[in-house]
Amino acid sequence: MSPESARPSERRATAGEPLAVSAYGLGVTRGRTQLLSDISFGVPRGTIVGLLGPSGCGKTTLLRCVMGIQGGTTGHVQVLCHSAGAKALRTRVGYVTQAPSVYADLTVLENLQYFSAALGLRGWRRENAVVRVIKEVDLAEYADRPVKRLSGGQYSRVSLAVALLGTPDLLVMDEPTVGLDPLVRRELWSVFRRLAEGGTTLMVSSHVMDEADRCDRLLLMREGQLLASCNRAELLAHTGSGSVEEAFARLVPRKESACGPARRGRGAALGEAGSSPLLGEALPEPLSLSFFPEEPCS
Amino acid sequence: MKSSRRQLPFTLSVTLSTARRVLRQLSRDRGSIVLMLGIPCMLMVLLKLMFDHTNSTFERVGPQVFGVFPLIVMYLVASVSMLRERTSGTAERLLTLPVQRLDIILGYSLAFGFLALLQALASTLLVVWPLGLDTKGPAYLLMAIAMLGALLGLALGLLVSAFARNEFQAVQFLPAGVLPQFLLCGLFLPRSEMHGALDGLSQVMPMTYAVQAAGEVARHGGITGIFVRDAIVVLLCVIAVLVASAATLKR
Repeated sequence: MSPESARPSERRATAGEPLAVSAYGLGVTRGRTQLLSDISFGVPRGTIVGLLGPSGCGKTTLLRCVMGIQGGTTGHVQVLCHSAGAKALRTRVGYVTQAPSVYADLTVLENLQYFSAALGLRGWRRENAVVRVIKEVDLAEYADRPVKRLSGGQYSRVSLAVALLGTPDLLVMDEPTVGLDPLVRRELWSVFRRLAEGGTTLMVSSHVMDEADRCDRLLLMREGQLLASCNRAELLAHTGSGSVEEAFARLVPRKESACGPARRGRGAALGEAGSSPLLGEALPEPLSLSFFPEEPCS
Repeated sequence: MKSSRRQLPFTLSVTLSTARRVLRQLSRDRGSIVLMLGIPCMLMVLLKLMFDHTNSTFERVGPQVFGVFPLIVMYLVASVSMLRERTSGTAERLLTLPVQRLDIILGYSLAFGFLALLQALASTLLVVWPLGLDTKGPAYLLMAIAMLGALLGLALGLLVSAFARNEFQAVQFLPAGVLPQFLLCGLFLPRSEMHGALDGLSQVMPMTYAVQAAGEVARHGGITGIFVRDAIVVLLCVIAVLVASAATLKR
């Protein structure tokens, strides 16, 4: 919030703008299982970042960390120069959960009106926001229909519309395109592209590797660890493969042999950051704690 | 009220919007509303028919169940609808927005409180006129008891939804949490005739006070000291349980 706290990260970011999201040494432990270990990455502003990996690899957990609603975390996550989940972020970050979390028994319009009230919008601002997002996700003709009567794709677009109400600077989406037909998926991606061109940063998770083609940057995950944080061209060039799916397959054995017997050790990902150009590439260097300013608003 | 908005643990506009939204959801489910308003009335009619020849028993039991039936009905509805909010992810989404925990809880309380008012009105009118229940105290006190009982049920339901993983569990919490209060509240056996330990147990159960206050209305004209005390005890319980259930809403 204060200019002092924003400055160090500005100085370090190469593009001159602070990163939208940055994580350093992020780990999540639930009971005895380690869901995420030593994850470090950075997300530049105004880009679409694809978080890719097989189901159950920790994508949702990672996104929940970015939202600041995951328990049992270690390490640091900074979102828009605040620590994740800070109060100041609540109107600036939109979150689309995997299961669309809207009220199925209310109409599209009623859902949007309620959530915009929850965002603190009133009067004409509320009306404007509702009309804008209905157009953005192309649901105008279904506005008065109860959400439970909508198809799966429309249902998840309602959830997306709710996340867009506050014109967020960062949009975090958990598998927004899963199970949709190809045409709807293409439409949705054009919405994402439009948002990114408007300056919104998008984090989109998916277990479908070919969605990587539509992202500016990729975060590849497997078994709670980050395999790569880079753009698509770099990934393909580094692994010498023709598709992201192939690159993913090549990264996995490489990683396991590189780490040897201690591959699940806590320092593995960090130790590798030096050896693999794909990891920590987007991180401002050098990594130091001053990059994560102490936030008064946390 | 305090001038600074940050100080308040809830935001009035969000609370009111939440209440409106909950009522709107309820209005889509006409069947549930009819059941909520109808069940206490139906039970009162049954009670009247049961004690048709011993009118004095109806005079004693009739007011007392005013502390029981609304509580049970409201408990069920509140626990299941709050559970739905939690399991569908909407509660979590709301908490990633600038919504405070009490906004959700108070919104639900206002919405269900309104229904509780309708319910209390319907069952009081039914009991006083068609069923001819004759209480020494004024009928509006009976209505107040029904309201308090309903609010207590609502608060308990909201709280329990935090501990139930699914609807089955939430419904199971009714026999677990509410029926012991029902058994020990003095309706079946005067509390003075119970074993000391059970009497002690009944004294920490809020339903006891609702039933006792209703008994006061039946036996005394006007507002007695015990009635006021019991009503305050129930109200404090409602507030405490509501605050506790707000605390269970975690980010």
